[in-house]
Amino acid sequence: MASTKKEEVKLIGFWSSPYSRKVEIALQLKGIKYQYLEEHDLKNNKSPELLKYNPVHKKVPVLIHNGRPVVESLVILEYIDETWTQEPALLPSDPYERAMVRFWCKFIDDKFSPAVRKYLSLGPETDGENARTEAQECLKFLENELKGKKYFGGETIGMIDIVAIGLAFWQRTLQEITDKDLMNKQDFPLLCAWAEELLSCSVISDNLPPKDKFISLIRSRREAAAATSK
Amino acid sequence: MGKGDVKLLGLWASPFALRVRFALELKCVDYENLEENFGGGKSELLLKSNPVYKEVPVLLHGDKPICESLIIVQYIDEVWTDGPSILPSDPYDRAIARFWAAYVDDMAYPYMRAIITADGEEAREEAIAKLKESLVVLEDAFVQSSKGKPFFGGDEIGYVDIALGASMEWSKVIEKAFDVKLFDEETTPNLLTWIDAFLAHPAIKDIMPTTDKLFEYAMNFISPPSTKAAATEAY
Repeated sequence: MASTKKEEVKLIGFWSSPYSRKVEIALQLKGIKYQYLEEHDLKNNKSPELLKYNPVHKKVPVLIHNGRPVVESLVILEYIDETWTQEPALLPSDPYERAMVRFWCKFIDDKFSPAVRKYLSLGPETDGENARTEAQECLKFLENELKGKKYFGGETIGMIDIVAIGLAFWQRTLQEITDKDLMNKQDFPLLCAWAEELLSCSVISDNLPPKDKFISLIRSRREAAAATSK
Repeated sequence: MGKGDVKLLGLWASPFALRVRFALELKCVDYENLEENFGGGKSELLLKSNPVYKEVPVLLHGDKPICESLIIVQYIDEVWTDGPSILPSDPYDRAIARFWAAYVDDMAYPYMRAIITADGEEAREEAIAKLKESLVVLEDAFVQSSKGKPFFGGDEIGYVDIALGASMEWSKVIEKAFDVKLFDEETTPNLLTWIDAFLAHPAIKDIMPTTDKLFEYAMNFISPPSTKAAATEAY
């Protein structure tokens, strides 16, 4: 049902941040109009708006709804789903199904992403076997979750799909740059098919960072990290 | 699924398991409390019910396992709707409650764990300083959330009360074991009052382990340097 009262929705984000992009995808899936505010220098010069609306963590994304901020991407996604109740529902209505969605979203953020990032950030001279095994164990859990489903959300994109988007672009691109074998079609056919399916949706592909620009950013960060560690 | 047949896989000393017990008590849910005994290895039931983390607490509702303490608390709130609400009804207030509960999980609890398992005095001092900083932030959060009422949730215990409150006896153990004040009148006066109100609440006071009992338990692994692994498992 369309709201008749004045709605002002703003999002403070950063072009390469997966957390920021996840919120944009959710807003666009629901057809919510918003004003996007890009943070230009997150590292050295955070904007007064960011410091005002997220004084605790000083991070993006920050959703500002009628002047009131909501921060932390998982919190924002649930807030979006509860405030704008039109389709698609990001979470199911059954309490047990909702608990499962929350569990997998937390798993992706707290255990899965750090494990994958750890492995992909290891230099070529480091023995990454343990890190790779840990990352692949995490991938196996998600591969299992996809059995018999097009998306984690079933027939439509849901909150887990949005939270897992890192796999389809960020981690995938990192894999390419580092030439590391992590998520491959042989071991993870369902996850690979899911990633292709997601990328074929315009609401997803329109909201990903430009690939060349992203690759340049990652390369320059890795060079800077290598220089400081020498 | 009916509301009967509720079991909790927990550990009496675990603040995460305590969160779930508080929620079940608040909602007057009948449940069977199954105590894990890690000394004897993790039970088959636990390993089967929580293959991802292999940790307590796990709520078993019928044959369905629900894992991760705050996720379980939200589940309890959504299933047993005729008891008092744990999360507020307004989406913005819910977002604020979820934010602060996540802050407790991401900041306060890891620092408490770091204090207990610290390898050496310097590491411990650093963790204590960081925990105290986060408690000052939570003091401010309490003032804003409670709006003059006794709890983060207002007149009644809510989500953030449960999230933070479950570790309050552990905070007393830390204060006693390391001769440190985590809360004080100067930096966290409102949280001091809140702690008393929380621990005195009928749904909490009969379940929360006493400081003495927890202290005795903690002494098994805090003092000897070789048991860092045991300490990490127990908290």
